[in-house]
Amino acid sequence: MLDTDFFRRWMTATASAVDREADRLTGLDSAIGDADHGSNMRRGFGAVTDVLEKESPGTPGAVLVLAGRQLISTVGGASGPLYGTLLRRTGKALGDAAEVSLDELAEAFGAGVAAVAQLGGAKAGDKTMLDALLPAVEALGESVGAAGDAALAGALATVPLRARKGRASYLGERSIGHEDPGAASAALLVAALAEAAGTGDGGRA
Amino acid sequence: MSGQAQVGIVLVSHSGPVAEAVAELARGLAAGGATAPVAAAGGTSAGGLGTSTDLIAAAAGEVDRGAGVALLVDLGSAVLTVKAMLAEDGELPGGARLVDAPFVEGAVAALVTASAGGDLDAVEAAATDAYGYRKV
Repeated sequence: MLDTDFFRRWMTATASAVDREADRLTGLDSAIGDADHGSNMRRGFGAVTDVLEKESPGTPGAVLVLAGRQLISTVGGASGPLYGTLLRRTGKALGDAAEVSLDELAEAFGAGVAAVAQLGGAKAGDKTMLDALLPAVEALGESVGAAGDAALAGALATVPLRARKGRASYLGERSIGHEDPGAASAALLVAALAEAAGTGDGGRA
Repeated sequence: MSGQAQVGIVLVSHSGPVAEAVAELARGLAAGGATAPVAAAGGTSAGGLGTSTDLIAAAAGEVDRGAGVALLVDLGSAVLTVKAMLAEDGELPGGARLVDAPFVEGAVAALVTASAGGDLDAVEAAATDAYGYRKV
């Protein structure tokens, strides 16, 4: 079972990964966007880490709702409401349970990803974060490691795609040949699940 | 319809100066005298390009007279942030609504209608109708 501390570790591990990879995310975003994705994500998840320390939410759902709200209010770019909605809806779907099973997390995360799709109006293959998140939802019932692998593969598979949503879509054909920054950061978020579980490269249980 | 509370207008742009200037333009074109309440919520709290939930919530609170608040947005995070705020109870006043409209033309149409005492549906319809003003 996954307890509140697991979800805190998930957010902390995501913050570390985003911090570590911020330059790469910004580099991807300078190719097809406005070169702020790394700094936006770093600011957002840094604020998430701070608020989780300060407020110590008591359930898995409360951790994610608080993290989501913090992202929406601190990021300032489109990734704020998108990631904020993802975490907030996932957290709400988890309800007040003190511990949740992997299946329950997979179902809740699926609801969160569906809310992201509704908010942004994107679908699979549009070269967005959904291209990492949708395969992750499919694999999450199996294991957190499988979800991380699926998200990473999904992110890499955005390279040949043409962007159909967001600022990159203005580039048309020129968006082809670059990994989508949102899919890349989404892969970091999902890979951090394995780290929180102690099964990833970071190995912190 | 005079004497009743007016619909408030919030203009959400990526850029603080754009939001302020469109608000000023709308005020100038909307009426000879006093207009319905309109507030700009542009850029981040730090003054950069982006969107701020704090600025949006403050602007919506400022123009809320109890008759509803119409939010007009430009693009990207401005659209998504307002939608995310509306999806949550308590982040915007009751009766706040995202209006699908061209930013500049819609702002003028919305403020003219709100200043004339139109209700939220009428303000939304006028703003959305601004999509139909073809220029060529």
